[in-house]
Amino acid sequence: MTGYILKRLLSAVPVLIGITVIVFLIMALIPGDPATAILGSYATPENVAKLNRDLGLDKPLVQQYFIWLGNMLQGDFGTSFALNRPVLDEVLERFGATLVLAGTAFVLCAVLGVAAGVVSAANQYGLADKAITFAVLLGISIPSFFLGMMMILLFAVNLRWFPVSGMWPIYGARSLSVLLTHLAMPAFALAVVATGVVARLSRSAMLEVLRQDFIRTARAKGVSERGVIWRHALKAAMVAIIPVLGIQAGFVLSGAVYIEMVFQWPGVGRMLVDAILKRDILLVQGGVVLVAACYVLFNIAVDVAQSLLDPRIKT
Amino acid sequence: MTAFVALLARNRLALAGGVVLVCVVLLALAVPVLPLADPDVTNTAQRFQPPLSPGALLGTDHLGRDLLSRLLWGTRLSLAVGFAAAIAAATIGAAIGIVAGFYGGRTDNIIMRGVDMLMAFPYILLALAIVAALGPGLFNALIAVAAVNVPFFARNIRGITVGIAHKEFVDAARLAGLSNRRIILSEILPNVIPVIVIAMSTTIGWMILETAGLSFLGLGSQPPQADLGSMLGEARSALITNPHTSIVPGVMILIIVMSINLLGDGVRDALDPRLKSGALSRPMAATRVDRAQTPPPPSGAGLLEVAALETQFHVRNRVYRAVGGVDLHVRKGECLGIIGESGSGKSVTALSIMGLVASPPGVITGGAAYYDGHDLIGAPYGRLRDIRGRSVSYIFQDPLSTLHPLYRVGDQLIEAIRAHRPIGRAAGRAKAVELLRAVRIPNPEKRITDFPHEMSGGMRQRVGIAMALANDPDVIIADEPTTALDVTVQAQVLTILDDLRRSRGLAIIFITHDFGVVAQLCDRVGVMYAGRIVEEGLTSDILRAPRHPYTARLMACVPELGAGKRRLEAIPGLPPVVDNLPQGCAFADRCQQVQAACRRAGIPLERHGTHAVRCLYPVPQSQEATP
Ligand code: SF4
Repeated sequence: MTGYILKRLLSAVPVLIGITVIVFLIMALIPGDPATAILGSYATPENVAKLNRDLGLDKPLVQQYFIWLGNMLQGDFGTSFALNRPVLDEVLERFGATLVLAGTAFVLCAVLGVAAGVVSAANQYGLADKAITFAVLLGISIPSFFLGMMMILLFAVNLRWFPVSGMWPIYGARSLSVLLTHLAMPAFALAVVATGVVARLSRSAMLEVLRQDFIRTARAKGVSERGVIWRHALKAAMVAIIPVLGIQAGFVLSGAVYIEMVFQWPGVGRMLVDAILKRDILLVQGGVVLVAACYVLFNIAVDVAQSLLDPRIKT
Repeated sequence: MTAFVALLARNRLALAGGVVLVCVVLLALAVPVLPLADPDVTNTAQRFQPPLSPGALLGTDHLGRDLLSRLLWGTRLSLAVGFAAAIAAATIGAAIGIVAGFYGGRTDNIIMRGVDMLMAFPYILLALAIVAALGPGLFNALIAVAAVNVPFFARNIRGITVGIAHKEFVDAARLAGLSNRRIILSEILPNVIPVIVIAMSTTIGWMILETAGLSFLGLGSQPPQADLGSMLGEARSALITNPHTSIVPGVMILIIVMSINLLGDGVRDALDPRLKSGALSRPMAATRVDRAQTPPPPSGAGLLEVAALETQFHVRNRVYRAVGGVDLHVRKGECLGIIGESGSGKSVTALSIMGLVASPPGVITGGAAYYDGHDLIGAPYGRLRDIRGRSVSYIFQDPLSTLHPLYRVGDQLIEAIRAHRPIGRAAGRAKAVELLRAVRIPNPEKRITDFPHEMSGGMRQRVGIAMALANDPDVIIADEPTTALDVTVQAQVLTILDDLRRSRGLAIIFITHDFGVVAQLCDRVGVMYAGRIVEEGLTSDILRAPRHPYTARLMACVPELGAGKRRLEAIPGLPPVVDNLPQGCAFADRCQQVQAACRRAGIPLERHGTHAVRCLYPVPQSQEATP
């Protein structure tokens, strides 16, 4: 197993390199003089000159890329000109908040989505199935930011169950329960779409598995219907569900940007939007590379989970 | 195409989605000629008017602009951008996919590597990066959304293209000297366009959502121009004081995306062949029973007794009569063979006994299966489950697909026991080892931790038999258990079954299409054709002197009992389709003895002593058999 994990980690190296190439190329699209564009309205002539030197913008594109990559590998992502602090510090600080939000949303979407899909498939064409199918349709059709706004209106303003926004109260203690009350609405709003997608896929995966011969074998053994659904069918269906969970992880991680805006969550997404509006390009670059790299690593975890579930995968 | 439209129309939700969508699109198209207020004229004296105010049906926003007018103009813009992004992504993605799939080799490799890289990004993040480079703006947002969706199309279309690129008509075009470009345009493209359209119908909702999202963040359309997303973004600061300014554009996005999704789902379902065939419906825990008549009472002839069993498959409005009135019984310690071609109803008969026929589409429409005098077919599910695997157990044909692929065989054996009585870990393990030893698996202590795919076919089938024995059943129903095995392994498995029958007094029903197996194992045999027993008797009698012309032909196809290929396909003609059975003898079309009388009416099963035949002109007893 360790060998398999190492192998997957090694195979992630070209993907990570690819990600930096793509980000680099996208940034090369910037029209006009890159140094001025990167530094934006905060540029002073000295800064422009320094950046030109740092990035070697007078050098060929390939050489520029390697300079940039080398700097990043040494932990130097440059300095945010809008915030006047190292990009890495800012991103890491923000990333924790995003991970809390996206992680919670991911757990919600995985648990609720799979459960809903299984219940739906087990009662195909029944009342529960119809109700879930409709809820799923609603869930995947509603923009998460609109849902978040409506939740604020209902649960924070009218019912006063949850605070309107933010991760922590401005004053007062920081405890887990405080965090959870702040987290509940944004995590749910973020999870809704992904839950719908997972539920849909789980339902069809379950229906496919329930037709298989080994389900008939389980029934012929006298296994209870609950055992057939949750032990036999779900385990086999997970083989198809897990990759989709991996995709949804990327979705909640990056979709968090909307929710962070709506709920004033101090995460990386909101930082990126601010940075884009202020043309703080180095901050955008650093944020995108780090989040994407984190997602690549998470996908390795998904592959490992898959190989633990399915012994037929060669490890 | 008309069938497709009809199917779509039958799906009422999809139809509703389509109607709503058409209405919204028509409305958006008509916006310039509608008598609306100017969407951009500000009037701060009139800000935040509530809906239904005079002169402003939906009220006004924070600058006093008419919300209805802004909503409709915004809808127009959002739809236009969403569709444009979808078309751009589909066109570019399809072009990339076709090139990669058509040329293959290194081109394919390089392109798909790039596509995979792009897909390694969480894709909203990628859109943000693109907007960051190009700068905020609606057109740039459109480019970003289209770009992040290109890989999805490229990958889908490449898959389809690879399939087509190796078809004969493409080879023919190549031989005819057509240029690659001509082949792509005239042969490949027409075949992938339907796929592109389907992929678009499922993604266009997303693209509208994503562009709205970017505008919501302030990265899309810039004021004063507004699409639905930026309307929502601007309204956010007044969410608590004037929620209507948020609700109006938000609900519109919801309506648009939901109607697109409904329609898209309908299109997908209409095109999915599995839905049509019912292959995606969940089989019930037990076969549905719908008996019109009370079944005949048990005769007491055997431990397990099937009387007048009728099982049908109801697919749409067609009825397939898979089993049309079968009687059979098996005693303790006896082995009854059931033989017939595939499609003769022998497996369905076997599965019907314990309600294991997949339902839908299966329905048991008549008859009974008596175990120890009690009918199983009408039995409540709880009782049926109690008997399954404990008193009557099954061995299935292909153990690779009938064992759970993700559980160790030991655990599957223990579960078979646990389904009927509690057993501790150690005791369960010991029992599993003992069961594997009983079916002569070498090294059972090691093998119980194997997964099914780690075993050979013969070993797997032994596990299947061990599982059937787990609770010391009285009856085993074996549905072609040796068909997937090679001849030597087959012989070993048969020996195991025969020994078990003798040592434990098992009653066995053995389904097969192989007379060699019947000769080796079975005391009696029933021959099935088109869902009915056509001949039944002691194995020795039937082997020596078959009376039914079908049986005789079956046996003539067997070159030598117990050796060589013994498949039954060598009879000219095909068995009748069971949704269209002839009135008289079902074998008439393939029978050499057929007479006019054979086709007139149903033919009864005539019994003389132990031998029964369903034929008006049975084969005369052969010379050496008649004294
Ligand atoms: S009833 Fe007639 S057609 Fe049927 S098997 Fe006998 S002889 Fe042939």
